[in-house]
Amino acid sequence: MKRHIKYQVDAQADWGAMVGEQPGCERLFSCIQCGTCSGTCPVSIYMDLSPRRIMALVREGFRDDALASKTIWLCASCYSCSVACPQKISVTDVMYALKREALSKGILPKDLAIPVLAQEFCSMVSKTGRNSEFWLVLRVALRTNPFALFTMLPVAWNLMRTGRLPLGREAIVRKWELPARAAAKGVR
Amino acid sequence: MANGEPSTATGYLYYPGCSLKGTGIAYEESLLTLFRLLELPVTELTDWNCCGATTYMSSDERDAQLLAARNLSLARQAGGADVLAPCNACYLTLRKCVDFCKKYKSVADDVHSYLEDAHLPTLQDVAIRHPLEVLYTDVGVERLRAGVVRKWPGGPVACYYGCQAVRPYTEVDRESNPMRMDEILNAVGVPTVPYALKTKCCGASHTGTIRDVGVRLSYILLREAARQQAKAVAVICPLCQFNLDLYQAEMRRSDPSLPELPIIYLTQILGWALGGDPKDLGVQRCVSGANTVRQWFTSEKGAPVHV
Repeated sequence: MKRHIKYQVDAQADWGAMVGEQPGCERLFSCIQCGTCSGTCPVSIYMDLSPRRIMALVREGFRDDALASKTIWLCASCYSCSVACPQKISVTDVMYALKREALSKGILPKDLAIPVLAQEFCSMVSKTGRNSEFWLVLRVALRTNPFALFTMLPVAWNLMRTGRLPLGREAIVRKWELPARAAAKGVR
Repeated sequence: MANGEPSTATGYLYYPGCSLKGTGIAYEESLLTLFRLLELPVTELTDWNCCGATTYMSSDERDAQLLAARNLSLARQAGGADVLAPCNACYLTLRKCVDFCKKYKSVADDVHSYLEDAHLPTLQDVAIRHPLEVLYTDVGVERLRAGVVRKWPGGPVACYYGCQAVRPYTEVDRESNPMRMDEILNAVGVPTVPYALKTKCCGASHTGTIRDVGVRLSYILLREAARQQAKAVAVICPLCQFNLDLYQAEMRRSDPSLPELPIIYLTQILGWALGGDPKDLGVQRCVSGANTVRQWFTSEKGAPVHV
């Protein structure tokens, strides 16, 4: 296995603490590096850095390594690490915190459609209040790999012929009550 | 509505979530049919919005909680009956909002000021329930057993609970080796197989974004079910159903030995056992093993039996 030597000057010592302040992440610093999270994670074999390594990097303040990893996006939020962790750390919430920062700073791994899905999903739901599955998939594919649409055709056809793919755009009625709109009107 | 006013609502406030109006419509059809058969009143929550799922939490923590909170506030506006959230992701997301409001003052404050801005009632205790938990606790295994009018013509079933129904913030079942779905199905005459992967992740939305990974996770689930001699998989989440059902053809291209396994909602099996019309239960919407499903749900063995 390739070894990565980390130098303290590359770390931002206080960054880990900032992550630990977010709701759900407060037990970050009690990590004992046992690796239970990596062992229980169903997608860890596809990750560039195992969840245990991410925890270590975050704690020490290696912000760039953690944020640029594919790991945080491969986390499917199944929470198996969170329920298995002997130190009761919600690893899932740490991953969420890292995803949010990576997304807001635009630090995203190349050729990965998952963060694009997050952006498109939020843009759709913040405006309409609903997720229109067909349009979401279309928008993500057009932004990442339009050719992927061809490989999706059999699935789309099977959905359509069984009446499971409505093509309309869903929306709630009282859109002004949505968080993005209510904030603009009120004083927050 | 005055503070502390006890809930006068009866029945359940149904929170469909986006999938049950689209790819998971058979779940909605079978759920509503089953609850009608059980004479449990269900009203859809008016003007509900997307729960935010896992995706919104990846982008904006505060707005993710606020989206969930609006639904809880609407539930209070509608009388405060228990919210019925059949999608595992909706169930977890709504309950997480309640949990975070209790644990973190910053989240509770954000929710409070948002609801004020939006002129919505502040949150009060609203119970968020999953159909499996309602069926097990409110209805009970014995009542379900007593209501059976059809004998299951199909083979043994692997009960797949999915990940988010039995992870933190849940009351659906225990986190390790949940058995409630197995118990319910056994009670209505459906044999189940031991299934070690019953709470392992199906790949969720990865099947659409990083396909190899997502489809592989679903494949492992089906391979294990097949090796346990299951002839179908019972599910309680629209995304699990979607992944296991729609990507099976693709899996069989790389592994032709994978048998066709129908992916059936718990509510479809129960609704049928209790005498529901197969069409009303949406069984014709199954893609994988569609012929098997049709045979089972219209077979003579399945004709009403004396009880």
